[in-house]
Amino acid sequence: MFDLINKMFGKEGTGSKDIAKERLRLVLVHDRVNVSPQFMEVLKEDMIKVISNYMEINERDMEINLTHTNTQVALVANIPVNRMKRGTIAGE
Amino acid sequence: MGEVIVITSGKGGVGKTTTTANLGTGFALLGKKVALVDADIGLRNLDVVMGLENRIVYDLVDVTEGNCRLKQALIRDKRFENLYLLPAAQTRDKTAVSPEQMKELCRDLAQDFDYVLIDCPAGIEQGFKNAIAGADRAVIVTTPEVSAVRDADRIIGLLESEGKSNPKLIVNRIRPKMVKKGDMMDIDDIIEILAVDLLGIIPEDEYIVISTNKGEPAVANPASLAGTAYKNIVRRLMGENVPLMNLEADEGFFGRFKKILGF
Repeated sequence: MFDLINKMFGKEGTGSKDIAKERLRLVLVHDRVNVSPQFMEVLKEDMIKVISNYMEINERDMEINLTHTNTQVALVANIPVNRMKRGTIAGE
Repeated sequence: MGEVIVITSGKGGVGKTTTTANLGTGFALLGKKVALVDADIGLRNLDVVMGLENRIVYDLVDVTEGNCRLKQALIRDKRFENLYLLPAAQTRDKTAVSPEQMKELCRDLAQDFDYVLIDCPAGIEQGFKNAIAGADRAVIVTTPEVSAVRDADRIIGLLESEGKSNPKLIVNRIRPKMVKKGDMMDIDDIIEILAVDLLGIIPEDEYIVISTNKGEPAVANPASLAGTAYKNIVRRLMGENVPLMNLEADEGFFGRFKKILGF
């Protein structure tokens, strides 16, 4: 009923603010990804710490990057593994 | 020591200069001693918005280069006691001043004034860096548009990396009818996206155009809705707890009719 009155008086909006919000959200995801090299370095060190509990990795050749596509941002890591550590995972 | 507040936005045309003029005049109306600084070197505008364009003798660059004393360059606004303007240079560019010089200038002004308001140029380059250099706190102006909010987000990031954290947001030019129809982002949307504290909201108000035409800040006119909103912001900046303006009040005949019927 209320909708009908609104329509009769031409008050029905297109609700374009939701489109604005979604576009803004995506744009800001990309804008905010421009993080400092220091930030990436700290992240890398933390990752090495955690992964080293489970396997020996080649820290020198390790690469981590933030990559963009149109709809999302991904953290892509390429971490060469030298060998698994025994006794930390399977069978415990 | 007074407080130095920079008014910034990233995007141009969202109302930085109008905001600076109105907040400054608002402080002066409440008895505070205020200096307005136009940091938009090469594109000065605060003088015309304030209606003081005919009284400029010296400018900001004259002060930093030592061509005159600071007091000589400050224009006293005869309409409001304790309101002064330091105009920008019009024939120079942003590189004529350094962040260190701006810091020194702000320190000097803060000795004599309760509030020093800096009108920041649009953009994120040298002019921005100069304008924020000497500021104790930052006020960000945005409008409910994707482009303006995006730039505000960038500015928030840049302010943080310069050690100016916790900026406050003013959302300017809100149209309550469009918000109601879902065709304009509302305050909650914008605050949620930017994750900053809200300082105030300014409704779209035709009187702003008239006041800029005349060079008389809207805050001095009690009949102006935007002027009242600026007055509220001034009081919040002074530490008062002032509730947000109810923008739904102006809902017209049909709105009142609906209310009566209990919708």
